[in-house]
Amino acid sequence: MQLIRSDLHFDFIGKRKIAMVISAVMLLASLGTLAVKGLNFGIDFTGGTLVEVKFDKAPAISDVRDAISPKGYGNAVIQEFGAPEEILIRVQNRDDENSSTISTAILDGLSEAFTADAIEMRRVEFVGPQVGEELTQAGIMAVLVAMLAILIYVTFRFEFRFALGADAALLHDITIVLGLFALTGKEFTLPVIAALLTVIGYSLNDTIVVFDRIRENMAANRKRKTPDNEVSVVNGSINLTLSRTLMTSITTLLVVLALFFMGGEVIHDFAFALIAGILVGTYSSIYVASPVMLSLEGKFKGDEDEIKEMEARP
Amino acid sequence: MHSFPRWKTWLILTVLVVSLMGALPNLMTPPTWWPTSLSKPMNLGLDLKGGIHLVLEVDVDKAVSHGVEGDIDTARQALRKEKIRYSKLAAEGNILSIAIKNSDDLAAAEKILTEAFGGNYMLAPAADKLFTLTLKESMAEETRKLAVDQAIEVIRGRIDALGTTEPVIIKQGKQRILIQIPGFEDSARAKQLIGRTAQLQFKLVDEKGDLDKALSGQLPNGDIIMYGPEQSRNGQTYRQPYLLKKRTELSGSEIADARVSIDSRFNEYAVTLKFNSKGARKFDKLTTAHVGERFAIILEDTVTSAPVIRERIAGGSAQITGSFTPEEAHDLAIVLRAGALPAPVMVVEERSIGPSLGQDSIDQGVNSIIFGSILVLIFMGIYYRMFGLVANLALVFNMLLILAAMSIIGGTLTLPGMAGIVLTIGMAVDANVLIFERIREELRLGKTPLAAIDGGYDKALSTIVDANITTLIAAIVLFQFGSGPVKGFAITLSVGILASMFTAITVTRGIVALSTAKRGRIEKLSI
Repeated sequence: MQLIRSDLHFDFIGKRKIAMVISAVMLLASLGTLAVKGLNFGIDFTGGTLVEVKFDKAPAISDVRDAISPKGYGNAVIQEFGAPEEILIRVQNRDDENSSTISTAILDGLSEAFTADAIEMRRVEFVGPQVGEELTQAGIMAVLVAMLAILIYVTFRFEFRFALGADAALLHDITIVLGLFALTGKEFTLPVIAALLTVIGYSLNDTIVVFDRIRENMAANRKRKTPDNEVSVVNGSINLTLSRTLMTSITTLLVVLALFFMGGEVIHDFAFALIAGILVGTYSSIYVASPVMLSLEGKFKGDEDEIKEMEARP
Repeated sequence: MHSFPRWKTWLILTVLVVSLMGALPNLMTPPTWWPTSLSKPMNLGLDLKGGIHLVLEVDVDKAVSHGVEGDIDTARQALRKEKIRYSKLAAEGNILSIAIKNSDDLAAAEKILTEAFGGNYMLAPAADKLFTLTLKESMAEETRKLAVDQAIEVIRGRIDALGTTEPVIIKQGKQRILIQIPGFEDSARAKQLIGRTAQLQFKLVDEKGDLDKALSGQLPNGDIIMYGPEQSRNGQTYRQPYLLKKRTELSGSEIADARVSIDSRFNEYAVTLKFNSKGARKFDKLTTAHVGERFAIILEDTVTSAPVIRERIAGGSAQITGSFTPEEAHDLAIVLRAGALPAPVMVVEERSIGPSLGQDSIDQGVNSIIFGSILVLIFMGIYYRMFGLVANLALVFNMLLILAAMSIIGGTLTLPGMAGIVLTIGMAVDANVLIFERIREELRLGKTPLAAIDGGYDKALSTIVDANITTLIAAIVLFQFGSGPVKGFAITLSVGILASMFTAITVTRGIVALSTAKRGRIEKLSI
């Protein structure tokens, strides 16, 4: 069985203008949504309290609010979580409270109003303001360090312009996934950062496979009597790796879809980020990384020396 | 085709056996002769087991200022001994200030203070008969460190008294303590028990002082005002004020034991304290000298009661009453037995999981792993036929290897960790996809089947390594910066990537080599 007939030859690079427009639109839309609507940061980053409670039968949201109002949390965000019996209550930190007493008050209020047997504590999370700040910094650092480390590795293994192409694809992917989070209003939490880093790894994985082939074919091309131009070598390489790119995306998507549908509410947004990242990552490895790399041809000194050195390598 | 080296066959078999043995403890209790390094099941994270997860921050600067306050006594005694009169003895933060009354005494005072504090404080020259002693930073640092270590010990004592299994109490960073109590779900009680300082003090009531005058601002020297617990009377809440002597006669550190008891007068729950020998002597002296007066029992800056001393109490025991519920009395006894925290602590992070959510997460995680694997197995089998089946065998081996590796290295499986395993399934077959696509390509170029296999494996290798290393970089960064559950994801992802490099390259190669070795000429590959 074959997904892509081997005699098919798509002109990916020839269509790069169209792709650039599509990417630009997606990027602008993402940045616009991020700027206007912003991310719905979870308590990991804002600090606050989250209480997940399972009721024996589905309660009305208004009853839940009435139950916790006497405790002073009438303005909490209350929502269903996965099932009608499961309720998620979120409260921002107040300036004068920096210990995790809020959850106790909320649970007390609920058990007074619904009887203690009718409710079950599923999850209590509290993140103090300082910890929230630390986690935000660590998250930003993680993404930056990962990108830098990858830039260094790809520069070391390939050429600098390849590395820039790879990082351009990464930025592209992360921006669009973030844009999707802003658009859908899904909660942005620590696991989503983990998903973003995985998307970085995955997108890069795809890009590297294509780059590897480009490098191999460029080396072979230079040895020919009448070398093709770089564009057609790149295009040919993308075509050669196309069925692999799609196959891997499909197998990975299959499992991530399993996570999305069966992994439960807690992992839901995490899986969503991965699905979005895999789709965008697959697109960008074809339409962003290589075109950017191509457009940087000859921009960096010493490229020629590097190429010679590169060819000497196994 | 290159021959498959014999040592690699043995390597694969060895890894297979070790993996099987290492994975077994997750399914059943291994027999007694099982190697100990392979006898551990995987640790489950708190998000799967359920339980309390708290991060406390110790207010270490309070510990320092407490220490400095304690040194006031030392200074007082030293000065009194030499009959040097002082007009002020005060502590603020890490500074002790002492004002001497007569300038004639300055030289003697300096000598005494240097003797008493020279090691720990920096003595600033007397200006206007005032000495300021600043705690040396190294000493302050030592106090801070000690405060955290002591807090850990005290908290361990309190948690152990709950009778839960395998609590985790470790220092995190400089002034934080990570606490995990698996299987405990009463988060409110845990926080209450762990977070209270349990500072217990006994002070004498100033019977001669005028409370009303003191309340209006005319506080007698050496006295303080403290309040009783909140009470409601006629629909209004108020707290009973007490005029007390500042000096603490006895403190919680002089307690040897604390037990729940019943107060016979009101038939209420109470806590009976037993002092250690030093405390008993002090208590004996105190009660002898102050019969007819009241002494106040102060718990965490609240006066719980102020009974009258009717007669000398020689037995070395006292009772704390305060209309406790049985659980309150029980927990109070626990915290008094375990001792006071050297400094206040504050919960800065909590992630507690109820037992049912943990079990649901396990079920959902396992289901996703099984379902995801089945989808991939089917897809690979259809798409690459025989070679797909080989890749599938390698995938099952990979799962086994992850399970064994996680158990052997003592890694902790979390819910995101399970997601990492699911993701690994998808990415593990990537290596095989790369190889198989390359083999197909080589076949199209007209190579013989065996040459195509060689070419496929050889040419795909550097790509696989490059692609996996970049993912590994992301995973390592994640491990460095992530916390708790996210770290679990980084671990399974890293283990999975490393395992897949072995299974997808070496193991599939081995299987292919074995199955083609004895068949002579091969016309066609099932790929």
